[in-house]
Amino acid sequence: MTYLPKPKFHHPDIETNELGFTHRDYEGPISTLCAGCGHDSISGAIIKACFELSIEPHRVAKLSGIGCSSKTPTYFLGQSHGFNTVHGRMPSVLTGANMANRDLLYLGVSGDGDSASIGFGQFAHAIRRGVNMVYIVENNGVYGLTKGQFSATADKGSKSKKGAANRDTPIDLVAMALQLGATFVARSFSGDKGQLVPLIKAAIEHKGAAFIDCISPCVAFNNHEGSTKSFDYVRAHNAALNSLDFITGRVPITADYAPGSVEDVTLHDGTTIKLHKLAEDHDVRDKGAAINALHRIQARGEIATGLVYLDSDPDDLHANLNTIARPLNELNDADLVPGVAALAKINAGLR
Amino acid sequence: MPIQSINDFVVRFANVNGSGSASANQLFARSIIRMGVPVTPRNIFPSNIQGLPTWYEVRVSEAGNLGARGGTDLLVAMNPQTWKDDVAAIEPGGYIFYDSSRSIPKSQFRDDITVLGVPLTEICNKRYTDARQRQLFKNIIYVGALAALLDIDIKVVEQLIGEQFKGKDKLIAPNLEALHMGRDYAVQNFECPIGLRVRHADNVGDRIFVEGNTAAALGAVYGGATVCAWYPITPSTSLAEAFMSYCQRLRIDKETGQNKFAIVQAEDELASIGMVVGAGWNGARAFTATSGPGISLMQEFLGLAYFAEIPAVIFDVQRGGPSTGIPTRTQQSDILSCAYASHGDTKHVLLFPEDPHEAFEFGAQAFDLADRLQTPIFVLLDLDIGSNHRLCAPFAWDDSRKLDRGKVMTAAELEAGKDFGRYLDVDGDGIPYRTYPGTHPKRGAYFTRGTTKDRYARYSEEGADYVDNMERLAKKFETAKSLVPAPVLKSASRKTDLGVIYFGSTAPAMHEAADMLAAKGVHLDLLRVRGFPFSSDVSDFIAEHERVFVVEQNKDAQLRTLLMVECGIDPAQLMPILHYDGNPITARFVTKAIGDAVNQIQERAIP
Repeated sequence: MTYLPKPKFHHPDIETNELGFTHRDYEGPISTLCAGCGHDSISGAIIKACFELSIEPHRVAKLSGIGCSSKTPTYFLGQSHGFNTVHGRMPSVLTGANMANRDLLYLGVSGDGDSASIGFGQFAHAIRRGVNMVYIVENNGVYGLTKGQFSATADKGSKSKKGAANRDTPIDLVAMALQLGATFVARSFSGDKGQLVPLIKAAIEHKGAAFIDCISPCVAFNNHEGSTKSFDYVRAHNAALNSLDFITGRVPITADYAPGSVEDVTLHDGTTIKLHKLAEDHDVRDKGAAINALHRIQARGEIATGLVYLDSDPDDLHANLNTIARPLNELNDADLVPGVAALAKINAGLR
Repeated sequence: MPIQSINDFVVRFANVNGSGSASANQLFARSIIRMGVPVTPRNIFPSNIQGLPTWYEVRVSEAGNLGARGGTDLLVAMNPQTWKDDVAAIEPGGYIFYDSSRSIPKSQFRDDITVLGVPLTEICNKRYTDARQRQLFKNIIYVGALAALLDIDIKVVEQLIGEQFKGKDKLIAPNLEALHMGRDYAVQNFECPIGLRVRHADNVGDRIFVEGNTAAALGAVYGGATVCAWYPITPSTSLAEAFMSYCQRLRIDKETGQNKFAIVQAEDELASIGMVVGAGWNGARAFTATSGPGISLMQEFLGLAYFAEIPAVIFDVQRGGPSTGIPTRTQQSDILSCAYASHGDTKHVLLFPEDPHEAFEFGAQAFDLADRLQTPIFVLLDLDIGSNHRLCAPFAWDDSRKLDRGKVMTAAELEAGKDFGRYLDVDGDGIPYRTYPGTHPKRGAYFTRGTTKDRYARYSEEGADYVDNMERLAKKFETAKSLVPAPVLKSASRKTDLGVIYFGSTAPAMHEAADMLAAKGVHLDLLRVRGFPFSSDVSDFIAEHERVFVVEQNKDAQLRTLLMVECGIDPAQLMPILHYDGNPITARFVTKAIGDAVNQIQERAIP
């Protein structure tokens, strides 16, 4: 496969954002994934979220591991640096990149094989270190590139395309992320852009470890009857906890909700999430309750989606490391090299 | 006849792990250095936590021989468990110093050694009631007794105790008291000094006494490293810890109290190197410290870093094979696993420091090389120089030196319209330009992958693009030959057909062996290689000699293999001299091995 650039022409009245960019400026070359792949919808949601937030594309670093999901960063944000790393190891590379320059926005894209199997350890440790990032798992329960083996997130009893049932207990990455200390935890569905785009925007604004598990059906290997990660199954069993409007400080609130069902959640930088509660008793700030809700909804045979948990005043890795505000990759000789005089003292102390 | 020797002998302390002997033993070694006599201590520590044997060997050598010698002239036998073997290793005419509180049958000694019993436990129990005090002061008491027996200047020992407890002054007087209890006992009960003696000399000069790991860590500070990701593994752990402590001292922003560094103890070696790769990709100088098993775990990432051309520095403090046990012993056995680390066609730059001085120098230089060559750089230490104190030339720096950040295209250059192709060989040296993420709003962004790309970093599976990239990488590796530290030649005093190639911690034993062999009429030209890829100096040296011995501390003759493969040398020309029992190589071993080999060659030559 070679590289397919998109044609540059566009509608003369195309919408621009605050920076004067159109959504085309946030796109990449044409996707080579299967037509109808859920992952392409997620790429579209990332493009929309970045466009609407007026993010400078070059201030984003997009990193991935290996797999179908990990190929997607090629297909969005073509003006951002990207890094297709090794299988299951995106979290460590992203952590190192973040250590080097705390000022960029780090977008980690991974899949269920990449994060729940080979990279389970790295997923866990990047989350528990509180790396400031948006970590999206494009979760289809299946190994697509190698043609249809179950992944570790496949539900028990879910059937493969060839009819075999999965016997192993699934890993719930949302429950894991909660347990591991992620300060923003959400689940969404690639078929529900209305829910996914605001979640991605809120995750981008969140200054800590933000995790989104996005169920993203594999049209080639996991979209058949008997699969619990098919479009039909997820649509039929989607239990949304809430729906979101993401509002920057300047934009007025326009959405219209029934009184009493809306909660404003103000983030650290003054932006607001307008949270439309669908599950009456779900408090996104209560981690214990969030874990209970996940279990309860799962026991009903449904899939909890929406914003599951939010700590609106998180710490991140740099706060824990007490790193200087300037990015480490900008420090120069004078900042870093102690010089001859200091060395003479050290030598003297070693005699 | 008891051995008589001034400033030239080996003392071996046999201790029980966890008994607090390490600092007392170091006090002993430092005292002799302060008297101007070179000393080389070596820890021999099996993989035990507490209550099992550990040894500390001190070689005293006014002549300045810093390699391990082998044999023991004076045994300080503090561990009954290893008594038998320890006693057996004493040289004929040697000495044994032991705790005589409990009587030991005469059959447990040897007829040809001098026995020096001091009732250490008895002295301690009489003076101290606290168990921990009894243990710790016992160590100082034996230092006091040894000072008398070996004629070590007690004022020097006193001064060192004062320096050691500076700031904790309360501890000085009790330590001095213990020291003198030991000294007084020895003076009253033995004819002091014995045949082994220390005499003031002036042979230490301005040298410093430091561990290679500490030196390499300081090198990383001077080399501008800001990111360290590591996973604990013997014998490399102290390198990361030393970096931490030097950073605390040298890299705190005065105004804010914030850190101009970031150190993460990763979950494993895969994550360690992953973080280093991420940080290097993003323009920070980053390193990890590990040992052989860590190198094995990092293989996949090392290949990615090689193909994606990401600067990274890896300090590998080498040890023996897998699992635990011999792994706490020294070897030079990661040469091939580092040189060819990873899948696919990969080759890496290696640096071989001989001592802490070079560990500092190469430790700093590695970061310049990594940025200049945009590739992983391995600094190969080993346990012998990494975890032991070694006398070496003081660390050197030049304030006019600038960090070489290599070919990085700036926002201004991109703005001016300079052509940017991430894998484009602009200068003909195989080294392309890179951009840091976030540099320019419209230009210079690229997608980083392994091999699947063209010169402009666009996705390509075309065979021609792949070959083009591989040829450029080969050219880059050629460029590296002139950038790594050059080999050091030490010519024999007369013309000879015999050469020796050696590297790293083998240096002092090799130098001593060369002198011993020269005295027997075997003259050797010595070439110490300090970097890989090998420059033409190395192949020329081999070409100039009929036979070249390759001396190394592993079983498979790994450096020899590298020489054969990379320089196209006839294997018959390179004779392996291999030492791999986990103990540091000795001059005695090298002398015998080369001596025997030379004899064989000569016998074969006689018709």
